[in-house]
Formats: sequence, C-alpha cells, structure tokens
Amino acid sequence: MSSTHGTTKTAGAVVGPSAPERSGPTGDSPQVRAVRRRVQELLPAKTVITDHARLRTYECDGLAHYRVTPALAVLADSVDDVATTVRICAEERVPFVARGSGTGLSGGALPRADGVLIVMSRMRAIREVSAEDQRAVVEPGVINLDVTKAAAAHGYYYAPDPSSQQICSIGGNVAENSGGAHCLKYGFTSNHVTGAEFVAPDGSVVELGGRALDAPGYDLLGTVIGSEGTLGIATAVTVRLTRTPEHVVTVLAGFPSTDDAGAATSAIIGAGIVPAAIEMMDALAIEAAEAAVHCNYPEGAGAVLVVELDGPEVEVRQEFDQVERLCRDNGAFAFRVANDDVERALIWRGRKSAFAAVGRISPDYIVQDGVIPRTSLPKVLRAIAELSASSAVRVANVFHAGDGNLHPLVLFDDSEEGQGEAAEEISGKILDLCIEAGGSITGEHGVGMDKSAYMPRMFSDADLDTMQMVRCAFDPNNISNPGKIFPTPRLCGEVPGRHKGEHPLAKSGIAEIF
Amino acid sequence: MTTDALAAAASGQSIDLPTPAFDEYRPPSAALVGDCVHCGFCLPSCPTYVLWGEEMDSPRGRIDLMKQGLEGDPLTDSMVGHFDACLGCMACVTACPSGVQYDRLIETTRAQVERRHQRTRRDKALRGAIFALFPYPRRLRALRGPLRGWQRIGGDRLLRRTGLLERIAPSLAAMERLAPRLGKAERLPERTAAIGTRRATVGMLTGCVQREFFPAVNAATVRVLAAEGCDVVVPAKQGCCGALSVHNGREPEALRFARALIDSFENAGVEWVVVNAAGCGSTMKEYAELLRDDPAYAVRAVAFATKVRDVSEILVELGPVATRHPLPITAAYHDACHLAHAQGVRAQPRALLNGIPGLQLREIADPAICCGSAGIYNVLFPEPARELGDRKAANVLATGAELLVTANPGCLMQVAASVERAGETIALAHTVEVLDASIQGRPVASLTGGGTSS
Repeated sequence: MSSTHGTTKTAGAVVGPSAPERSGPTGDSPQVRAVRRRVQELLPAKTVITDHARLRTYECDGLAHYRVTPALAVLADSVDDVATTVRICAEERVPFVARGSGTGLSGGALPRADGVLIVMSRMRAIREVSAEDQRAVVEPGVINLDVTKAAAAHGYYYAPDPSSQQICSIGGNVAENSGGAHCLKYGFTSNHVTGAEFVAPDGSVVELGGRALDAPGYDLLGTVIGSEGTLGIATAVTVRLTRTPEHVVTVLAGFPSTDDAGAATSAIIGAGIVPAAIEMMDALAIEAAEAAVHCNYPEGAGAVLVVELDGPEVEVRQEFDQVERLCRDNGAFAFRVANDDVERALIWRGRKSAFAAVGRISPDYIVQDGVIPRTSLPKVLRAIAELSASSAVRVANVFHAGDGNLHPLVLFDDSEEGQGEAAEEISGKILDLCIEAGGSITGEHGVGMDKSAYMPRMFSDADLDTMQMVRCAFDPNNISNPGKIFPTPRLCGEVPGRHKGEHPLAKSGIAEIF
Repeated sequence: MTTDALAAAASGQSIDLPTPAFDEYRPPSAALVGDCVHCGFCLPSCPTYVLWGEEMDSPRGRIDLMKQGLEGDPLTDSMVGHFDACLGCMACVTACPSGVQYDRLIETTRAQVERRHQRTRRDKALRGAIFALFPYPRRLRALRGPLRGWQRIGGDRLLRRTGLLERIAPSLAAMERLAPRLGKAERLPERTAAIGTRRATVGMLTGCVQREFFPAVNAATVRVLAAEGCDVVVPAKQGCCGALSVHNGREPEALRFARALIDSFENAGVEWVVVNAAGCGSTMKEYAELLRDDPAYAVRAVAFATKVRDVSEILVELGPVATRHPLPITAAYHDACHLAHAQGVRAQPRALLNGIPGLQLREIADPAICCGSAGIYNVLFPEPARELGDRKAANVLATGAELLVTANPGCLMQVAASVERAGETIALAHTVEVLDASIQGRPVASLTGGGTSS
C-alpha cells in the first residue's frame, strides 16, 4: 500500500460533482482529440506526451492518494509552447492544469482525465540575476534553492524557503504563495515577487507587475499569487533578492514538553524579538527525523525549538542572550548553538526532512496544515493530544511556531481496517480546532483538491461567490485548473445560491459544468 | 479485466490480455514501492532528471512505472527505455528522507527486463559484446596489445578527429575514447608481508578493468596496505565480482561470478577483503542479498560480505602508522557514486587525503551528481553520459585543483575524457596512489607528471 497523505474518504466524498474522473468529456472526447492533434501539429514531438505509461507518471503530485491520468501532457520548453497549448485548450474548451516539480501537498496539480497537463519543469532557465537591483528573472520550473545558489555569489538570497526548497519550483511557489520556516520575519512568496509574465486562460501573454514594487492599477499580480493555478500560468517570474545577513545564529533548544516550548516561543516574540524562524517539533516528529537523518537532537526532549536569528552581528548577539535566557526560563534543559554551516545544516536537516521522514515510523500518514493564533498554541496542542489519546491515532507535530502554522502529521496503517477513516476524522477535527481558535484551514499547502470541502466551514457563501467572480473575470470558461479550491463548480454569470436540477444553460447545451 | 474481456472469458472465447510486466520470480517488491511517498526530494539528485526534467526519467517516476508493472501493465518499450536510462548511481537513495530502497527496486526490475523484454538486435549485440569482454581480465588483456599500438601511432587521435567512428557506431566510439593510455603492467605477488608489526591480514580484489587498465592502482594499494601493517594476499585465481552484471540485470551471470569469487577468497585466511574499485565493493557487500536463495552459498555469502571493505575504510579503521611525507598540491576529491551513495563512504577518503601534509583538499560543486560513467552506461548511452561528463568536468575545473582524486576506474576514464573535451588538462589519481606517493616520499611530479588526460 502506498503511504501517502490522504485517504479514500477525502478522495471520494470531498470532491463532489466536479471529480475529474467522473464528469466532463473523457480522455477520448472529440475536443481532447482535437487538442491532441493540434498541439502535435504545432509543437515538437518530444514535447507532447501521449504514451500511457509515461502519462501515468504524472498522475499525482506530492499528495499521492489522488491519482488521475491526464489525457495528454505537454512538457513546455518556452512561453510559446505554453501559450499555444492554452490557446488551443481555450478554443476547444478543454481544461488544463499546470504542474511544476509535483511536490504540492494539496493535490493542486492533480491532472484532469479530460484535460491537458502542462508541465513546467523543463522551463528552468535563470534569465537574469541583477544583484544591484535586488532582482532576478527566472522561469517557473527553476528550483527555489537554485535562485539562492545563483544569487549567493553576489551576497544575496531568495528568502521564501519551503521545506521542499531543494526541489519545489518557483512557479509552484507562486501558485501556492509558499512560505517556509523564515516567513515569520521575511514574509511569503507574495512579498518577494514583483512581476510575472503570465499566460491567461485564453492563451494571451501578459505582463503582471514589473521590476518596481507596487505597480499602479489593480494588483493583478497579488491576485494571481496564491490562486493555485486557477487564473492562468506564470511563464517567467521577477523575484526580489534579499541581502545575505551579516550574521546568523541557529540554536536548538530541548524542552520537556510542547507546552514549555510554546511558552518560550510566546516569550521570545513577546520580548519584541523577531527571529528569522522559530520551529517546533514534538517527540514523535523528533523520533522520525532521527530515524531518517540522524540529526542528533537532545535525548528525551518532549519538544525542540529551532530558533534562528539573523541580521547585524551586534543585534544578533544581544538577541541571542535574550533567547537563551527566555528558553531556560521556560524549562529548556538543552541549549545547543550551531557553530558553523555544517552544524546549522544538521539542525535544519532534521526539521526540513520531517514530513517525509515520518514514512520511517508509520506506513501511511496525512500531512495536515492549519493556522492558529500563536497564543492558542498550548491550548490547541493539548486538544490535539486529547483527540489522539481518545482515538488511539498517533499525531506527530511539526510547525512554524512563530506564526502559528501547524503541521500535524496523522499516522495510520491503511492495511488495518478502519485506520484510514479514523485518521481522516482526526485530521478533519484538527482543522475544526484551527477554525474554532480563529485560524485557517491552510497556512501554506493550499486548498487544492484536498481541502475544497472545508472552504464553506471558513467562508460564507457570499465570500466564496466573490472569489468565484474574480475567477470568472480571468477564466470565463472555467478551464484553468477547474475543480480546485472551490467546493462546488459554478458557471460564470450564474446567480449565486441554490439551484435545483440541471442548470438551464447546461441543459440547452450552451454551457457545460466542468 | 475490462467488462468486454470478462464477457469474452465467460463465453469461452480466447482473449488477448497484455502480459504483465513482471513474473513471480523476484519482482520489484510491492512493499518497497509502497514506501515512496512521492515527495520528490530525489528529483534534484537524479542525473537524468537534471538533464531532461521529466518525471518518467526520475526515481519517483521509475517507481511509478514499477507500480504500473506490479498492477499488471505490460512491459512496454517506453517503460524499458526509462528503466534503461537510469544510471544506477543511487544518489536518490542518499537523498530519500523516507528510506526508499531504490537500489533493490531497480536491480530486481532490471533482472526482470533482461529476462522478459525482447531487445532490438542491435542493442542485444552491443550488450552481448560488452559482457563478453569487460568481466574477463584475460580478454581485456588480449585487447591491450592492439590498443597500445593504436595509441602509439596516434591513430586514435586521427580517428577522433575524423569522427568516422562516431558515425559508424557511437557506442564503439565511446569505448575507444575512454580507453586510457596504457602503461607497463606490474605483476603482483600472491603474498606481500606487512612492514613492521602485522596488524591485519587482508585479501585484495584485483578487478577486471582495474587490473588490465590501471595496474598501478593495484600496486599502490598493496604497498599502502603493507606500509600500514597488513599482510596482503592476492589470490591468483580470482575473476570478476559480477558488479557490471548485477547492475545490468544479468542475474544468472552475476550469481556465477559471485560464487566463484567467494570460492577464491574463502580459504585465503584473510580477515578482510579489500576493494579499490567503488562499483565492485558495493556489489560484494550485497552478496548476501544476491545469493540468499542459494542453499550452498547463502551462509557463505553473508560471511564474505561482512568482510568486504573499501580500501579507504580499512585504512581509516586501522589508523595510520606509516609516515606521511609532504605533497604540496591542491586536490579535488570526486565522490564515486558507488562509494558515496551505495556504500556511504565519503568521510574516509577525505580523512586520508587531509592526513597528507601539504595537500590542500577542494570540494567539487554538486558532488552528488553522477559523472556519467556508471559502469557501462557511457558505452550504452554515450550522449547523456557525455553531457553529464561535461557538467562534472566544468565543476572539477572550477575548483582550480591540480589533481583530481577518485576511487573508481570508470569515473577516472569518464572525467579524463570530459576534461579533455573541454580542452583542458588535469592530473588524475586514485586515492591510494596519492597516499602511496606520500608514504613513499615521492615528489608531486610523480602524480602530475604522467597521469594527465592527454
């Protein structure tokens, strides 16, 4: 059984009528055949994948439980490849889905059986690094960490650093508005992207934003960032580079419990310190990381905090003294400082590999992603522990403690009857806890396919309709990554609210529900 | 089974269902396939993904293909093409946070491919030729004479310039280009006594390519081991370890080689079996797995495998006793995939080199990415191998080091050819040759003088 992050229950029940396997034209519809024929005419043979075995390697992203084989895949090498494919899709009314490195954890790049998967991983040129302007122009398939590598020689780096930064692509980061351990101090992708070349869902190529910050007019770039591929496809991204800090100190503190570590976190931020990162892992997450990368975290810790301070040396030194005191005041029994990049890398390796490392201690698991106000940490963690104890479902916790972004990992063995359902239930209840605490159902993994059913728990119908109107403005035919984010499909121009029976436009053959 | 097929079966008609990719004999383990959580952390470490950026030529994609096969999909040409394109460098095994044993998966998959897939006549002939030659030192030796004469008259350069060979058969051209300059062969005594107090008795594998094309490396290994207090036994009757066969799915052949090698060393009275070629060492450490179903050899294979050590491992385990003389030189150390990824040996060679006074060690960028040698890969797939070689050569040259040190004959040949293509030169040496020069007190020129790539 494949170990993965979702269960049958979410795959079936959540998706509803827009489930790609069950609705719309099939992979052999006349429209899809037309798209296949037309892209094969216009694009080089190696660009268009139609072989079934090859297509099946694209049937899922980092959320392996949802699998759909695309009708065809286009491995784009240029903006022209993307624009041509999208234009043809628009003309034939066939849905398309963009995919970067395929590391997403919400099924955002899940293909459509009746659509085209546009793969951006070959568009990976770094077009320009302009250190003096603090800008770089990169193609969407460029790996996040490679931007930093290219800028490092100039004394700069690219600040957003999702845990998958060694493989996730900038295009995917833009789609998901990715954060990372250091977004506490430096913000999300939206704070580091100033412009994008963008293929709209009709195939036109437009420029959003630019090199300067805050372009006049509507903030279309801001709208696109985090839209999970539902508004179009970025084909080049202008990113802001950040000066490499003069001094960095990374510490690892071991605490008896998550309560103590949470209290230390609040104390540090309450003291006016904004660390570059404060990350927490509980005992179970530590066990997994140890098994995977031997990170040598303090023995017997109920929780560890990874605190990173960066900036001018004087400032960092002063803050470091405060952080050490606040950690010890709140029960830290071990306090370790990384003396060089190797030791720093080892501390981070434990944290950054934690998700995948859980595969070492459990055959299957769900990675949950939710946000709570930081001050609610101890309360919510206790509630999670109670849920876990009462259901005998193990939950490991890894999270960005500084900004209250939780990543509970719900462990189960799908080969045991009922465990998957139990895990799914706990996972959902954790999201309820987040909403009750005044937080959010996702911090950084996105809604995608996985959480669309939870959107109504967080937003009213009016909220969701307003979002849909934005979508309709970009994509009136609903062909750009349809079926993601929103729990129910909606035709543009449709009056919000409940309907009975088949939609009149669909019935008369004028429109289709994708 | 489709509804139509079921209906056909019910009515007694014969139906053509595609043959499933794998049969019952050692298919890739479904449990190991299931370990992959699809996180993608392996992608940047995979040489073919680095080159092509395509899912089906990544470890994650290949595991998906295996999964398809286990689900009953047929072994199509495209599927086999993607399995074949894997270099078997195992960088993904190092990169995987979930501990997926891709090495086991690809090995079992390849054995199935070799048994069940019909290769083209051309491909079959090429593979046949390779395996009729490389694992047999005696045949390689027979080839030495003609090659040596060829090189002396400058014929190889002439041919390379005309590109004639490239047009006739790219694969033969690749082999020709990689053939190293040949020196005079040194004969190794069957037993060499330890210098000073004896600390261990070790057996040494002489290898195939190592023995015939790089005899100086074997001679240096014996001298260094003896200087560090080892009685060195070199059984005369030893053949190929089977690594090339294992890595290319030729299981029956690999088993034959493995049994014979165990026989050669079993009664030699050695505590360790020392290997100086990364690919050989990694396979010999896996003999227990390879021979697990052989009642006559299973137990003996376990005993043998536990004795196998890379030469750098044993030297670090024993600790230095021989005096190191200064070698004022800058050296870049290249991790051979089958040493770093397959055996986890990274620190030991660096520790040995750092122990030489005056030697300045430089790290090569992107060390985890294969140089493209990968056993016989550069013969079977000259184009991607050349691209990877060019990338490696650029990173090696960027270190500015005078000497490139590595622990595998394949890597040495591949990087040498790539550096030469870049129009540059760099001296090349095996780790033990550098140690030998230091222990013997030979000058830097003994390493940089003759060993350049052109």
